[in-house]
Amino acid sequence: MKKALLTAMIFCMVFAFAACGSNSAKGGDGVMDVSIASEPDSIDPALSTSLDGGTMNLHTFEGLVKWADDGKGHAKLVPGMAESWDVSDDQLEWTFHLRKGLKWSDGSPLTAKDFVYAWNRLVKPETGADYEYMLDMVSGYDSEDKVLDIEAPDDQTFKVKLAKLTPYFEEICAFPATSPVKQEIIEKNGDKWTNSPDTYVSNGPFKMTERKRNSKIVMEPNENYYDKDKVKTKKLVFHLMDDTNAMYAAFKSGELDFINQVPPDEVKALLKDKTLKVDPQIGTYFVCFNNKKAPFDNPKVREAFSLVIDRNFIVSEVAGTGEIPAGAYVPKGINDAKGVNGDDFRKVGGDYYSVDKKDYDANCEKAKNLMAEAGYPDGQGFPSVDYLYNTDANHKAIAEALQNMWQEKLGVTVNLQNQEWNVFLNDRKQGNYLIARHGWVGDYNDPMTFLDMFITGGGNNDAKYENPAYDALIQTAKAEKDPEKRMKTLHDAEKMLVADDNVVAPLYFYTSKRMIQDGEKGLYYTPLGYYFFGNMTGI
Amino acid sequence: MGKYVLKRVVQAVVVLLLVAALTFVLMNLVPGGPFLGEKAKSPEVIAALNAKYGLDKPLHIQFKNYIVNFVQGDFGVSLKMQKNRPVSEIIGELFPTSAKVGLLSLLFAIITGIPMGCLAAYFRGGKFDSFLRVIMTLGISVPGFVIATLLLILFGVKLGWLPTIGLNEPASYIMPCFSLSFYPMCYLGRLARSSMLDAINQDYIRTARAKGVKSSKVIFKHALRNAFIPILTYLGPLTAFILTGSFVTESVFSIPGLGRYFIQSILNRDYPIIMATTIFLAALVIFMNLVVDLLYRFVDPRIDITKGGSEA
Repeated sequence: MKKALLTAMIFCMVFAFAACGSNSAKGGDGVMDVSIASEPDSIDPALSTSLDGGTMNLHTFEGLVKWADDGKGHAKLVPGMAESWDVSDDQLEWTFHLRKGLKWSDGSPLTAKDFVYAWNRLVKPETGADYEYMLDMVSGYDSEDKVLDIEAPDDQTFKVKLAKLTPYFEEICAFPATSPVKQEIIEKNGDKWTNSPDTYVSNGPFKMTERKRNSKIVMEPNENYYDKDKVKTKKLVFHLMDDTNAMYAAFKSGELDFINQVPPDEVKALLKDKTLKVDPQIGTYFVCFNNKKAPFDNPKVREAFSLVIDRNFIVSEVAGTGEIPAGAYVPKGINDAKGVNGDDFRKVGGDYYSVDKKDYDANCEKAKNLMAEAGYPDGQGFPSVDYLYNTDANHKAIAEALQNMWQEKLGVTVNLQNQEWNVFLNDRKQGNYLIARHGWVGDYNDPMTFLDMFITGGGNNDAKYENPAYDALIQTAKAEKDPEKRMKTLHDAEKMLVADDNVVAPLYFYTSKRMIQDGEKGLYYTPLGYYFFGNMTGI
Repeated sequence: MGKYVLKRVVQAVVVLLLVAALTFVLMNLVPGGPFLGEKAKSPEVIAALNAKYGLDKPLHIQFKNYIVNFVQGDFGVSLKMQKNRPVSEIIGELFPTSAKVGLLSLLFAIITGIPMGCLAAYFRGGKFDSFLRVIMTLGISVPGFVIATLLLILFGVKLGWLPTIGLNEPASYIMPCFSLSFYPMCYLGRLARSSMLDAINQDYIRTARAKGVKSSKVIFKHALRNAFIPILTYLGPLTAFILTGSFVTESVFSIPGLGRYFIQSILNRDYPIIMATTIFLAALVIFMNLVVDLLYRFVDPRIDITKGGSEA
């Protein structure tokens, strides 16, 4: 019996000890604790591929142009390392004038040569950067030796020659991958330069002061930053977590100030009591048809499959986090010809099919007729087809809803097939599927980031769409100088993609979710998915 | 004894080589690759990356190169998850974290599980025995993630007594260690109970009792020592597995450990990490089995491990 008592005592001691441990203090210390993802694949601006890595880079680094708060929580483009810039009449030569006295976080001077180094490094195949294509408009990108047509005539002038017209070039200059990096550090430390705060020399509002792999990345204001007085957050801690339950628990217990993921089961309740906020994000969730394989080589079949999708049901009952039903492919939030001050591309283009609830029955009717025209009246003679998705609870729920709609409204048999992410990507890219789920998030705010992926033979053209007329429209848009005409061409291209050829069936436009503790102010974001934590008060 | 250990080491090298070869083949057979992503990379970038990491060579050359480098202590660098960071550094950083949590859990499982089983055996058939058996059955049948999540909700969120993320303070260890040790504790308890029951019914126990030896001494000295062999057999691999961490516990409590990383490396096709962690885990299991075999002698001097029948 003594042993039993001893065991009981051990239990009691363990829990008494537990009660002593208190949570980390919070409030009023100027420390912003956030969790947006687990360990990023890289924090080298050139190599990082994820939104979380990019978000960190936008705090520690700064490009020629930067994102600043417009006062309403939205990010706008303002001069960054470059104080101003001139553009030639043909819009192909850009001359950036850097601010005076710019410094790296180690105190050494930052010059235009650092940009020349960083940009050439980004596009060099040996660097292995995913985002090397972000500079594909710069002259020299297509050359054999991949040396860009950029130069630094003096320490404060950075000249860029473009090969293609790029109305969104300023935004490219604010993209994390185009930030400068210090040549001396990288050449001396090689791939290891991001490992420790000593060698992770940066030029943004923050510098990294601690890196604990798989645990946290700590940043503190960079005293050598030109605008250091405007940085309000005293310390910024990125907690690297990957379990949404754990993230939510830490937020609830007050250990985290900000999270952007919550357990799926909690979403509805949190949206209802308004503690979970939703921001638009430029991304589209869509169904991808294999345009090369029967029966989906027939545009009528694709259109029928698209029309019977009840997008409102999917958005409100299945996805349920404030997504917007998609009546076209390019998402809301993309600028039209007049840029940020003008209309939205989606507003100008409108919807290509109605996503109004009351039109759903008419859509289904039309779909049935289309199937009959294609030779499958009431689904007769239509082969049983597979819908492929990557293993995930949300994708599964959407797949089941789609399966139900297609089977019920068109009388066809659709089987669901799920695969692990890497296998799925492989199969989709190689065209080993009939229908597959797809999602695309824009790299920059321009319809081109959504439309040029479907050119014949394009690396991201998983739909295997081939249409010379479409390719021609994209080429025309890329060469067009007049913004109005360019946008018109892009609208035509989208119409061809969605209304005429029904290459894909867009379901909804993405949103990004976030939770922030009450009373904390100063957060701003871009629809590209980046959040900025540098100006926080009340933390 | 020395000769025996040497023989086992040679065997271990052969086993490890087989494990490495098998993992290498399977890993390359699985569709996908480390450089595949939602956004396609240009062929030049893929070619440059393959050349950089030697993935452009035929598989048998890649394997040969890997083994040659491995023997020299170079386990390669991460291809995707922590781009270009040496794998040895990653394991060197993650393993101690997992091992620390694992060791505490193991100790807890042993000091609670074995006495629990002994007590249940001692009070066999009684109410206390039934109570312990309910707990032990629960521990074996309830999955780890349920225990971990329940603890997290109760002590981390509702009561707010324990920190929910990381291992920043001593109290942070309580929930992960308890959820990690619950299963082995109960398993050890059941094992201890059944082997104790076996031992208690042996003649030598009856003799000891007849001689008037104190009841607790009979149980914990005479019976336990003989009942310890099956427990020890289980403890070997258990130690190896518990030290290398658990995916579930490490994910739920956001612990930067090896267990979680191993699974993620497979999903990401980060070949060098998959190889190194598999070989590492295999080596640890082999080592622990050897230790257990050597320990048999101390527990029961009648066992002669050098005479067959006890190879791992």
